[in-house]
Amino acid sequence: MEIRLKIWRQKNAHTKGKFETHHLKEVSPEMSFLEMLDYLNTQLIEQGKEPVTFEHDCREGICGSCGLYINGRPHGPMQHTTTCELHMREFKDGDTIVVEPWRASAFPIIKDLVVDRSSFERIIHAGGFVNINAGCAPESNSTPVNKIISDRAFDAAVCIGCGACVAACKNSSAMLFAAAKVSQYALLPQGKVEAAERVQKMVKKMDEEGFGFCSNTYGCEFDCPKGISVDFIAQMNREFFSAKVCKPKAE
Amino acid sequence: MQKLDSKIPDGPLAEKWKNYKAGLRLVNPANKKKLEVIVVGTGLAGASAASALGELGYNVKVFCFQDSPRRAHSVAAQGGINAAKNYKNDGDSVFRLFHDMIKGGDYRAREANVYRAAEVSNDVIDHFTAMGVPFARDYGGSLDTRSFGGVQVSRTFYAKGQTGQQCLLGTYSSLSRQIAKGTVKMFPRRDMLDLVVVEGKARGIITRHLLTGEIERHAAHAVVLATGGFGTVFYLSTLGLGSNASAAWNAHKKGALFANPSFIQIHPTSIPVLNDYQCKLTLMSESLRNDGRVWVSKEKGDKRHPTEIPEEERDYYLERRYPAFGNLVPRDVASRAAKERCDKGYGCGDSGLSVYLDFRDAIDKQGKKAIEDKYGNLFEMYEKITGINPYNQPMRIYPAGHYTMGGLWVDYNLETTIPGLFSIGESNFSDHGANRLGASSLMQCTGDGYFILPYTLSDYLSDQIRVPKFRTDLPEFEESEKKVKERIDKVLAVDGSQTASSFHKRLGKILWDHCGMMRNAEGLIKGLELIDQLEEEFWKEIKIPGGADELNHELEKALKVVDFFDVGRLMCEDALQREESCGAHFREEYQTEQGEAKRDDANFAYVAAWEYQGPKAKPVLHKEPLKFEFVELKERSYK
Repeated sequence: MEIRLKIWRQKNAHTKGKFETHHLKEVSPEMSFLEMLDYLNTQLIEQGKEPVTFEHDCREGICGSCGLYINGRPHGPMQHTTTCELHMREFKDGDTIVVEPWRASAFPIIKDLVVDRSSFERIIHAGGFVNINAGCAPESNSTPVNKIISDRAFDAAVCIGCGACVAACKNSSAMLFAAAKVSQYALLPQGKVEAAERVQKMVKKMDEEGFGFCSNTYGCEFDCPKGISVDFIAQMNREFFSAKVCKPKAE
Repeated sequence: MQKLDSKIPDGPLAEKWKNYKAGLRLVNPANKKKLEVIVVGTGLAGASAASALGELGYNVKVFCFQDSPRRAHSVAAQGGINAAKNYKNDGDSVFRLFHDMIKGGDYRAREANVYRAAEVSNDVIDHFTAMGVPFARDYGGSLDTRSFGGVQVSRTFYAKGQTGQQCLLGTYSSLSRQIAKGTVKMFPRRDMLDLVVVEGKARGIITRHLLTGEIERHAAHAVVLATGGFGTVFYLSTLGLGSNASAAWNAHKKGALFANPSFIQIHPTSIPVLNDYQCKLTLMSESLRNDGRVWVSKEKGDKRHPTEIPEEERDYYLERRYPAFGNLVPRDVASRAAKERCDKGYGCGDSGLSVYLDFRDAIDKQGKKAIEDKYGNLFEMYEKITGINPYNQPMRIYPAGHYTMGGLWVDYNLETTIPGLFSIGESNFSDHGANRLGASSLMQCTGDGYFILPYTLSDYLSDQIRVPKFRTDLPEFEESEKKVKERIDKVLAVDGSQTASSFHKRLGKILWDHCGMMRNAEGLIKGLELIDQLEEEFWKEIKIPGGADELNHELEKALKVVDFFDVGRLMCEDALQREESCGAHFREEYQTEQGEAKRDDANFAYVAAWEYQGPKAKPVLHKEPLKFEFVELKERSYK
C-alpha cells in the first residue's frame, strides 16, 4: 500500500516545530505502525537525511515507551491498543496519516515525537508506594484479601505510564494516571494504612507539575490502551475528600 | 592465569546460606552513609537491589537507558514467579524447587547458588504482597498458584498474563520510595559505556547522557550490574529493542570473565516473522501449550488453509515423538522439534518457517468460554498482531531467541572476577545452567536484589569505610572517558551508506543460522568467519546521521552493534568448545539415535568462563568444575 505521512519534526525543545510530509510506497499491511516508521527512517538515512526520533522499546504494548498522537488520537484509531501494537492493516491504501507527539505543558517536547514524561515520575515519588522495607513482610496469606477487591486493584495496576490519558484530555489532566495508583493501594489492605496521606501528596504533586483538572469528559478512559476505568477517578476523589475531612493532614 | 574461586561455603545444602550469611561482615549504620554504590539497570534485579541498598542507608546511584525505570524489560514477563510456598499442599519444598531447577538446567548450574535462589523465593513473594502487588487470589482471599513448564507441583504465582509488569512496578515503587527519601539518586536516559577500574577494583562507570550526548564520569565504592540478557544479539528476539550487551561486555573487556555465552534459551512459542521490516518477535505464553496442540502437515510445502487439512493428514509431531509429555515438553525440546520439521520442508505459512498451535480440540471439548477465560488476553494479542482470529483457525508459532542463561561469571557473593563489581539477575550466569525453567527468572532477579546482594555487598564494603569518596579526576577515569570518546568518533567517522539495524539484522541471521537452536563445528567455524567479514564491512559502510552531542538513536544502535560482533564471536567459540549437547546448547554431532541431546558429564560438567585478551585475540577459557553432592546426574527424558 501507499501512504502519505504528515509527521511532526522539531529539532529540540527550544526550536519551533513543523509538519513534514513523506510519501511511502510499498508499505506492507503486515507492518506494525512503528515498523512503518522504521521503514521511513531507513529511507531517510539512505538519502542522507535525519531520521524521525520516536520512543519505543518492548514493541508489545507493555513498557509504555511509545506514544504517538495519530490522526488526532493517542495511540491511533484502535481501542485498547498501544502505538507499537497498531498495524498498517488498519489503514487504507492512499491514506494520509498525521503523526504528532503528546501535547501537554507537563510533557515538554524533547525532539520530534519524543516528550519528557518525568512529571509522572515525580507524582509516583510523591507517594506511589507502600512504606515497607525488604525483610519485614509478614507471611503472604496472613492477610486474606477479597478476590473481587484484589482483582479490582489489579485492574487499576495495569497502567503502563504512557501518558495517553493526558494527551487525550483537553485539560491535560493526569487524573487517570494518579487515580490508578492511588486506587490500587487504597483498595488493598497493604496500602490502606497510608491511603489518606498518599492521596493528598500525589494530588498536590500533580497540581504542581502543571496538569489540569478533570472535567469528566472520559476521553482518558476512551483512549487508555489498557482500558483503565474513570471509576478510579471517582475513587480517588472520594479518598481525597475523606482524607481532607477526617484524616491527618500531610505535611 | 586467573584462578576461579566460587567461594561456595561448606556444610549441608540447606545450611549453607544461613551459616554463611551469619558470618558475613556488616557496616555500621553511620558508615553506610559514607559509602557509594552504583547500580546499572532498573529491571527487577536492579530496582530491587537499589531500593534494598537505599533502605540500608547506602548512597546509591542508579542508571537506566529508558526515560523511566518502570520501562525495563522485566515488565514484559508474562507467566509468573515461582516460590516454594507449598500453598497447594502438593508436596512442594525448597529442595524440590531447587531440584527442578538443577534438572531443568541440565546439570550445568551450581548446586549452592540454585538452592539459595529457591530458599529466598518465599521471602520474595511475601515482600511483593506487602508492597501491594496484586497477585491472583482464590475466593477465600489467599494467593493462587498455577502449574508451569513441566514441573509436577503448582508453585507459580501470577497476575493474569502480566506478572512481570506487576512485579516490576512493585520494585519500581520501592525504588521510587528511596528516590523520594534521597538515599537513591536516579540517572535515567544513560547508556553505560565503560567500567572504571582503579587499582584492581571496580570504582566507577562512564555513561553517555542520551539526550545531550555528554560523556559523564560516576565514581563509587562498588558497582552492581543488573543489565539483563543479551538475547537481542539475534536481532529478532522476544526482548525489548533497547536491551543490549554493552555494559556487561565492556566490564568483560576490563577483566570480568564471561561464562557460558552459548547457553541461550530459544522460546518455542513466539509469533513468527510476518514481514521484512520486523524487528521484534512477540512471545505467546508457554501456558498455551496446556491446551493447544502443535502440528504441521504430513505433506511437504502444503499451502492449503490449515482448516482444510484433514485430521489424518496432520502430524502432531510432539505427541508422536514424546508420548509421555506430548505438547508439554520443555522449551528447548519443543523448539528443536519445530525447527526439525520446518528444516525438512513441513513448515507452514508463506515462509515455511512456522508450525500450527491449534485450539480446535480444546474448544470442542471445553467450550469457547473456558478457553477465553484462560487465554483471552493472549488470543486478543495474537489477533492484534496477525489479524487472525485463533478461535477459528490455528495460531502460527515459531521459536525465537529469549533468555540468556550465560552472562558474567560470579562467585557465591555474586561478585565478578573484578573485585567490587557485582552482577545480578539475567546479567550473571549463575542459576539456570543450560536451560531456564519458566517463571524462575523473576524469582532469581528479585531474590538477588532484595535478599542476597545486600548481604554480600555489605561484606565487601565493610573494609571500604576508610576509603574516601572517589574523585572522578583520577587518571583511570580520564583514560576510560578518552577511550569511549574515541569509540564514538570512530563509528561516526565512517560515514558509509548502511544503517546500524541492517548490520544488526545480518549479524542476527548469521548467529541464528550458525549458533542458534542447533550447532555443529563446521557451522560454528563458518559463523566466526562470517562475523569477521560482516564486521569488516561495518567499519566501511556504517552510516550514522547526526552528531554525538544530541539525542541520536542511530549512534546508540551502532555502538551496541559494535559490541554484539564480539559477543557473537564469543558465543560461537563457547559453543565450539563444548563438545556435548546440554539444555539449550545442542551440538548435532552429539545426539542419541533418536535425535535427543547427549550430555557428557565426564568431560563437560563445568562452567566455561572466558577471559578477554584484546581485540581479535583468542579468548582464554577457564573451567570451573561443577560438583554435584546433593543430586544425582540423570539423563533428561521426556519420552
